[in-house]
Amino acid sequence: MENNITILKEWAKRIRLESLNMINYCPAGHPGGSLSVADIMAVLYFSEVNVKPEEPLWPERDRVLLSKGHACVAQYAALGFKGFFDTAEFLKFRRIGGLLEGHPSVSIPGIDAPSGSLGLGLSQGLGMALGGRCAKKNFRVYVILGDGDMQEGATWEAIIAAGHHKVDNLCAILDYNKIQQGGRIEDIMNFSPVAEKISSFHWAVDEIDGHDCEQINVALKKARMQKGCPSFIIAHTIKGKGVSFMENQAKWHGTIALSDDEYKKALDEVGK
Amino acid sequence: MSESPKFDFFKKDQEVSLREGFGRALVALGKAREDFFLFDADVAGGTGSKPFTDVFPERVIQFGIAEQNMMGAAAGFADTGLIPVVVGFGTFTIMRAHEQLRTAICYGNRNVKICCSHLGVDAGPDGATAQMIEDLATCRAIPGLKVMVPACANEIQPMFESVLNEPGPVYMRIGRSPAPVIYENPGLIKIGMADILREGEDVSIITCGSRVAAALKASKQLESDSISSRVINLRSIKPIDLDIIRSCCVKTGAIVTVEDHNIYGGLGSAVAEKIVQIEPVPVEIVGINDRFGCSGENYELFSKYHIDIEDIVTAVKKAYKRKKKQTGR
Repeated sequence: MENNITILKEWAKRIRLESLNMINYCPAGHPGGSLSVADIMAVLYFSEVNVKPEEPLWPERDRVLLSKGHACVAQYAALGFKGFFDTAEFLKFRRIGGLLEGHPSVSIPGIDAPSGSLGLGLSQGLGMALGGRCAKKNFRVYVILGDGDMQEGATWEAIIAAGHHKVDNLCAILDYNKIQQGGRIEDIMNFSPVAEKISSFHWAVDEIDGHDCEQINVALKKARMQKGCPSFIIAHTIKGKGVSFMENQAKWHGTIALSDDEYKKALDEVGK
Repeated sequence: MSESPKFDFFKKDQEVSLREGFGRALVALGKAREDFFLFDADVAGGTGSKPFTDVFPERVIQFGIAEQNMMGAAAGFADTGLIPVVVGFGTFTIMRAHEQLRTAICYGNRNVKICCSHLGVDAGPDGATAQMIEDLATCRAIPGLKVMVPACANEIQPMFESVLNEPGPVYMRIGRSPAPVIYENPGLIKIGMADILREGEDVSIITCGSRVAAALKASKQLESDSISSRVINLRSIKPIDLDIIRSCCVKTGAIVTVEDHNIYGGLGSAVAEKIVQIEPVPVEIVGINDRFGCSGENYELFSKYHIDIEDIVTAVKKAYKRKKKQTGR
């Protein structure tokens, strides 16, 4: 287990480094939320989900939907490292002729749903989970939500429906970094407390440190065993995690060009 | 394995709501194949899908009053290879969940069928809130989304089978109010193909949905004015039947389009877009003149919003006059 966690931490580090590379080279993207979701991505792709990079549309695969699609570089990094596509695509992120769209597209191998407009992910994941049930398939569906998703009404429609339909092959993970584009969520649109709300809609709720690979791993395994209701993992995270000058800073939500010094410092800190 | 459905057709000329035809289509096809599921937002009674929910309750997924979630979930559901048939009122489904339709379903290229009732002033007494008069425009504008409009309770049955068989997202418009049964047995409906219902020489009337029956009546009425009109049921709005539109231009040299929809972006626009590019001839567009509907019986509203038989007759005469002025014949 310890060895496995060490490997997962290493993958999380590589996801962070590659996310910074993609954003810096472009230069555009969303560093804050990509760094906050990196550990979740690492554990999902390198420990939890059952996928076949050589057959991206394998019908039995587990599905991973990044509803907070603006953080897609973290998912692209994981998919590239898994072998879904050539890692040479990393530096063509957001560029014409490149594979990696500015927000997730199903044209990219390994991307299971389009996103980038907040609030679209959980419904699609719910539909996949219901479809899996109707088609008598055993795959699981993982939907990664951001704080912005929790302010979209459609997400709450999906929360009600998933609880009602007892969709236990569905697991939502909230990358709860508590900062959105314009500032802290408690100042812009406070949706806390989360756990009480979600559990009242008949979900099993777990609350973890979203940067602790072991805790993420354990929570995902627990969710896999959950029967009779969907699982919701509240992963407390830090926006910009791993880069001191980005941590907890709303200004690093969206694109800000990094100076050469900032870029070097960011890579040094993440690579430590 | 699917087998041939046994459709239960209504008698010709009988007045029947298309919703009833849709209910029969759902049940007939539900018996013939097991690959589609009904997505309902608690409007099975109002959309005509109740017979299916009675016969196949295990193939109905209930979403409650939450159409955005229903539309998004349909996109995900289709990923498993099963076909979700999203059924609802036009405004509350197409309009409310338009982004899910666009981004989750169409950008995701999902095999989802969206079948809505309560379109145009045909929706009647419920008033403007429920009368969606923008669906053809907004759906036509989404890349990859096909748009079909049946004209009667018999046509909708094989049309729905074709919609199910067509890969990718398709929107089908279902009329609400009773309408005359035009086809005894419509036969196979092909996506992208229109149907010539009446031949004529002077003007072509291109229409769809509830206005097809009105256009046929107008065409007969125009005989007394010695105007011979060709009537086209443009059942496939997108893709559009370019060959028939071209033949109308060449053969009759003047066009009237008729629709229970806003004049902007609907059937008239779709036809005119093609005509200006292939064979420009005079075109008159009969539709709702950029205003919201109101409560009333469907036949009262067709008259009030100037999409009735008399309005078609007037437009045909105008188009014919324009043609004669332009061509001297």
